[in-house]
Amino acid sequence: MQFWIIQTLNSLALGGLLFLLSAGFSLIFGLMRIANLTHGALFMLGAYIGVTILKFVPNLWLAAVLAGLVVALLGALLERFILRALAGNALGQVLVTLGFAFIIADFCLVMWGGDPIPLPTPEYLRLPLIVAGVPFPSYRLAVIGIAIVTAIALYLLMERTRLGAMIRAGVDDMQMARAVGIPVSKLFTLVFALGTGLAGAGGVIGGPILSAYPGLDADMLPLALIVVILGGVGSLVGAFAGSFIIGFIYTFGTALLPDLAYVILFLPMIVVIAFRPRGLFGRQTA
Amino acid sequence: MKSILETDALTLTGIDALYGDSHVLHDVSFTVKAGRVLALLGRNGAGKTTCMSTIVGFLPSRAGEIRLFGEPITRLSPEVISRKGIGFVPQGRRVFPTLTVRENLLVAQQKRSGLDKPWTLGRVCELFPRLHERLAQHAGSLSGGEQQMLAIGRALMGNPRLLLMDEPSEGLAPLIVAEVGRTIAQLKSEGQSIVLVEQNIKLAFDLADDCVMLNTGRVVFVGTAAQARRDEALITQHLGVF
Ligand SMILES: Nc1ncnc2c1ncn2[C@@H]1O[C@H](COP(=O)(O)OP(=O)(O)O)[C@@H](O)[C@H]1O
Ligand SMILES: [Mg+2]
Repeated sequence: MQFWIIQTLNSLALGGLLFLLSAGFSLIFGLMRIANLTHGALFMLGAYIGVTILKFVPNLWLAAVLAGLVVALLGALLERFILRALAGNALGQVLVTLGFAFIIADFCLVMWGGDPIPLPTPEYLRLPLIVAGVPFPSYRLAVIGIAIVTAIALYLLMERTRLGAMIRAGVDDMQMARAVGIPVSKLFTLVFALGTGLAGAGGVIGGPILSAYPGLDADMLPLALIVVILGGVGSLVGAFAGSFIIGFIYTFGTALLPDLAYVILFLPMIVVIAFRPRGLFGRQTA
Repeated sequence: MKSILETDALTLTGIDALYGDSHVLHDVSFTVKAGRVLALLGRNGAGKTTCMSTIVGFLPSRAGEIRLFGEPITRLSPEVISRKGIGFVPQGRRVFPTLTVRENLLVAQQKRSGLDKPWTLGRVCELFPRLHERLAQHAGSLSGGEQQMLAIGRALMGNPRLLLMDEPSEGLAPLIVAEVGRTIAQLKSEGQSIVLVEQNIKLAFDLADDCVMLNTGRVVFVGTAAQARRDEALITQHLGVF
């Protein structure tokens, strides 16, 4: 019983972290058609920046916000000064974003060394929450809560504001969006900053569970890719559902069949790609 | 000195445009007078849509100059050109299908100073009561005629100083074509400057003051709509009406 509860909570917490990572990836791809391969590295960079910030400000949530802002700024610069020049050049974008991912990885190694650095769990979330005699890890519950609140906020931003409608107009028909005066170039920078900032903040929030370590980027990026392919690129609802599906598959897969974790992870994705190329929640029409 | 009525809304001077190596527009020049409707006519493939694409900034011209009320807009980006005051109703309508009718209109809203009657959601709904009934519906689920009305309404929301319309009657039932025609006439009566691309020549001649004809990417006629309408040889030669 305890095993199932813990693994379920672990699944949900990982799902929540994956959502923070993949929501931005999905938004960026949906609007700009850029597969931002730095996304995993920015998650890791966020975690490391959190480590440093926590030395001065011992508040994990504040560290998450600050690290998110730093990473968002970096994302905005990357979009504004490099990716913009590569509009429509898919290979160039892949090379640049992948190159940046490697540069960030090396930078982190030099700056923070090769040993894993756990981020401290906030004091008041260290003890498990005991409900009906069953202990629930409180920090994981908090992560799930943050993911849900973020999902709702993003949903409202995208569906209930004029800014969100402008972004969706750009996804529908970018050229026409420009022709009716929507400042698509500014939206690109904004969405890129928002998406990368979420990844950076996600790295800090994931820190107490995952730690900051070399290779965190390479562990997270494929998961984000799978989530987005499963859920459908550009779909927030898809990213949300996909994150929790992958959270469960990955957690239970590694717990029950550790040798087959990747088979269990990639097989559903391949099935989805084969039968629903636009993902479970993507628009099925061209 | 020119009076206000003779202001040039749009001037194209020596425009050359290419898709890759294929040279589509050759030295295209014409002028749209403020407050008038200019019909831009020509056979399929003559270059009318390409001409629109160069004006709105989709296809940067290789040579030549475009001015909007005297201000050069050549090779600016579409978003800047739109903000300078060009409203665009594209061929095929191109409404944002996943946005609601209301959102389609609101994302295109632009303020412009010095207007006594600016376009608002309310005014567009007055102009097209059928859109008013469907404000919450996704644009992709509208009929062709409703999508056309939405495309026109969306362009008006930007309070354009010049409105470009590329085949607004294409693929619509006769009753709807007549409604679109009445709308254009109403806009004209309110002083809106318009470039109207049409295959429906009768509709175009009924609405237009002036006329420019293109044939294989070259301007072959510039004059008034009345002149063009009378000249059957010209029409047969360049518009191929059977
Ligand atoms: N995207 C494009 N790429 C290459 N050639 C094009 C493209 N669009 C149009 N053309 C060509 O340019 C010419 C003019 O087309 P167009 O401007 O669409 O004509 P019209 O609107 O008058 O029917 C045609 O010969 C057409 O085949
Ligand atoms: Mg055309």
